[in-house]
Amino acid sequence: MGTLELKQSLTGHRGRVWSVCWHPKGANLASCGEDKTIIIWGLEGFKWVTKMILTEGHSRTIRELAWSPCGNYIASASFDATTAVWDKKSGQFECNTTLEGHENEVKSVSWSISGQLLATCSRDKSVWVWEVNDDEYECAAVINAHTQDVKKVRWHPHDEILASASYDNTVKIFKEDAADSDWSCIATLSSHTSTVWSLSWDKIGNRIATCSDDKTVKIWREYKPENDVGVVTPNNESVWKCICTLSGYHTRTIYDIDWCKTTGLLVTACGDDIIRIFKEDSDCDPHQPNFTMVCSIDNAHAQDVNCVQWNPAIPGQLASASDDGSVKIWFYNE
Amino acid sequence: MSENLENINPKLYKKLDDREITLEEQNDDIADEFDAREIFDIIRNINDPEHPLTLEELNVVEQNLIEVDDKRNRVDVKFTPTIPHCSMATLIGLSIRVQLLRALPARFKVSVEISPGTHVSEAAVNKQLADKERVAAALENSMLLGVINQCLAPKN
Repeated sequence: MGTLELKQSLTGHRGRVWSVCWHPKGANLASCGEDKTIIIWGLEGFKWVTKMILTEGHSRTIRELAWSPCGNYIASASFDATTAVWDKKSGQFECNTTLEGHENEVKSVSWSISGQLLATCSRDKSVWVWEVNDDEYECAAVINAHTQDVKKVRWHPHDEILASASYDNTVKIFKEDAADSDWSCIATLSSHTSTVWSLSWDKIGNRIATCSDDKTVKIWREYKPENDVGVVTPNNESVWKCICTLSGYHTRTIYDIDWCKTTGLLVTACGDDIIRIFKEDSDCDPHQPNFTMVCSIDNAHAQDVNCVQWNPAIPGQLASASDDGSVKIWFYNE
Repeated sequence: MSENLENINPKLYKKLDDREITLEEQNDDIADEFDAREIFDIIRNINDPEHPLTLEELNVVEQNLIEVDDKRNRVDVKFTPTIPHCSMATLIGLSIRVQLLRALPARFKVSVEISPGTHVSEAAVNKQLADKERVAAALENSMLLGVINQCLAPKN
């Protein structure tokens, strides 16, 4: 068993904190919540302090935020039906672009690895793909593949492939068709029996971990056409199969999951106030992997844990956000 | 207004007597746990959205459909819509949820569900009420919040 050590508890938000996101270099952390503000945290000596507070970008709850891969922009998704893009051209982060179009609450936002594409999703059941050109944002696609509220969008770690998770219990994968530059759904991952709250790609991008209101985590694997294990791939498109289900560990809704790109560890945020860490067994069949829970912190927060994210640059460092109004910085030791 | 009501003549039920306060409960030095009766007292006087009656009088909430586990921070409330196709079911559930949210310490995990088998779209309503993100968004809607506050406002 490993241990998860609390490094610091950060207070500053009023009310529920919905989301945290690390700067790609790992030295800063941004958080947002129902108080409609974004706080940027940074280290001063050994202490995390408030570096900046961004206000007046949104008129309602900020549900999620995402740093661009270059670290110069922050996109924030809000219940006010808009997505704001903040840049620091003036030296300070300022909101200079507001993306409108969704009919109601925007739930999630994600940048592609190139920084050229931005995806948003909403309660209005749609997923939008925006093209970024010199600070101009143009809607490249409105995808209406889900039948319910879309909770999460996440780009593939290397390619322009998008995954989304929904209240309709499915995850869908989208790709642009080179022939007519239309975005279409190339796979539907069905197995969860309730809302899929979040998803995370692995380092390579051929597996996805999903978490759900059904209290399970599932691991999915891509089988490309002509794969050597004989998985049939109709229409010459990849097929995604659920190769592992982690059940019996979580006692309430699992709101978030993050798959560390450096250590391969999975971390989950649960409505039972617990943060859990899972590790893949080293000698298992890649088509039937086994994951072992290596850490579980009771009362990690005083209320629901909404978001967890591994630091992309410092292996083992973790940030979490909770309904209790706090953001916490942790370190995982094996 | 009455011709728009779905359930024009709802059946009325007898109200519970007031709770007897014991000496032990009056003693501030003794920590007493939340029990089903206490939760019931918090929600029994919520007004029905369409009738000038309380949820208790319509038998929408009952003490024996409330489960409390104070040590594990759990409160589970089941409610019974007056008719199986009641379009107000989500609103009633939301009012119960908001009332408990305001009255109980934040440590409690509250679940509000329809009594099994008493509503045609029970699963959909339960899923909606359990989704805290959608509940949070709903409560930022000032029109809806106004309606809920009206349900929660004590009479007179």
